[in-house]
Amino acid sequence: MNAVARPARSDRWFTPLLVFDLLAALAMVGVMWTALLYAGDATNLAGEEQVAQRIFYFHIGSNIAALLGFLGSVVGSVGFLFSRRLVWDRWAAASVEIGTIFGILVLLSGAIWAKPAWNTYWTWDPRLTTATITVLIYIAYMLFRNGFDNPETRARFASVYALFAFLSVPLTYYSARLFRSIHPIVFDGVNEEAQGGFGIGPTMGQTLTVAMIGFALLFLAILFHRVRQLEFEARIEALRENYDE
Amino acid sequence: MAELTEAEPVTSKGGGLAAYLRGVWAVAEKDVRTELRAKEVVGTMAAFSVLAAVVFGLAFDLRVPRPELVVPGILWVIILFGGVLGLHRSFGSELDRGTLTGLLLAPVERSAIYLGKVAANLLYFLIIEALLVPVLLILFDVNLLKPLVLLALALGTVGYVGAGTLFAALTARNRARETLLPVLLLPVLAPLFISGVGLTAVVLDGRGNAEAWPWLGIIGIYDALVYAIAFLLVDVIWEQT
Repeated sequence: MNAVARPARSDRWFTPLLVFDLLAALAMVGVMWTALLYAGDATNLAGEEQVAQRIFYFHIGSNIAALLGFLGSVVGSVGFLFSRRLVWDRWAAASVEIGTIFGILVLLSGAIWAKPAWNTYWTWDPRLTTATITVLIYIAYMLFRNGFDNPETRARFASVYALFAFLSVPLTYYSARLFRSIHPIVFDGVNEEAQGGFGIGPTMGQTLTVAMIGFALLFLAILFHRVRQLEFEARIEALRENYDE
Repeated sequence: MAELTEAEPVTSKGGGLAAYLRGVWAVAEKDVRTELRAKEVVGTMAAFSVLAAVVFGLAFDLRVPRPELVVPGILWVIILFGGVLGLHRSFGSELDRGTLTGLLLAPVERSAIYLGKVAANLLYFLIIEALLVPVLLILFDVNLLKPLVLLALALGTVGYVGAGTLFAALTARNRARETLLPVLLLPVLAPLFISGVGLTAVVLDGRGNAEAWPWLGIIGIYDALVYAIAFLLVDVIWEQT
């Protein structure tokens, strides 16, 4: 009956969320402008490759968002296993859902860029392999959740899977790295066999920062909405059970 | 009064390592005995493995100049897919027969139940592998009877069965359990699979042991990780049923 007694509770979040949405939208406009107009050309590349390089900002931005989703799933799962409160599980579930979308964007933007840069859409580079496996794990996680009716069981089992998956990902990376890598390492470290790499100029560095912040805000905005939605769902479920009784 | 003091405790909890291992043995023995009577797992896995080897043979025979190029992949793919067939029965058959509750009420640690199941599955897997290696020798004329390959098979199977049994327990109560198990299992088995294929390829190419050790290292770390997580989380799975 508690759930019925305070129907207006979630509406408290309406205005803050709206403000946050506008902030995220503005940040994404900023990302578009800096990535497409403000950032200088990559000087050591030419032609198609130089144009394609600009997808890098979206690639890294999506990557940040996917990473946040991945971390969110772990934090949510550990939080649930310790506290046994379903609210943690909802954060984990929402993080995975949104992280998956951004993970797929990372793979797609990477493939689009790889065609002009590497002359192939796909290669079994360790980062590509790990990213793909991670997205597949996310998808499996969502399918897995789907098959449970009891929210408590679902949360428990999904948390176990999320933790197991989280710990297997670094090993996937290291096992895949025993093969040779051609993925460019843009930040510290030099990979002699990398192809299509480029130096970072000042405007490019600024653009990158804007892109990372913009995508992080976009991720958080969608995340808040999804968690709110899952909260509503749980309350409707509770109301329905009350009604049936 | 004497009668009261002589009463044996009904639970073997806290009875030391020997009691724990007796619990593991009891569950494993029960599983193997059930399998001997019902014959629902090993036969299916064996038939699938041979069938898969034949299918791979037909798929690659005309296109691949030297079978050594594809046999490492074939070996591990068959184990990966064939294994799933047996794993889901591990808890699925308990649920079908309605014996899972009884098993969970047994006076042993939950992790002992898990390890007993692992031991039984391990036996099934080793039987299948003992069959598969000669079959691949006959069909592809590639000898996999090399110490390092066998070691990798053994270690890899330990990790696979550890993860697989845990996931079989997780999916047992899921609506889509048979179809879901491979979807959950295959991506987290990636390190094991990559390392198994990598090591088998190194050995078949005759590239020397130095290149094989890193692969074995990854398999070993994976195994350690699997059992550490399983021991931490196995109680969570069967908290309330």
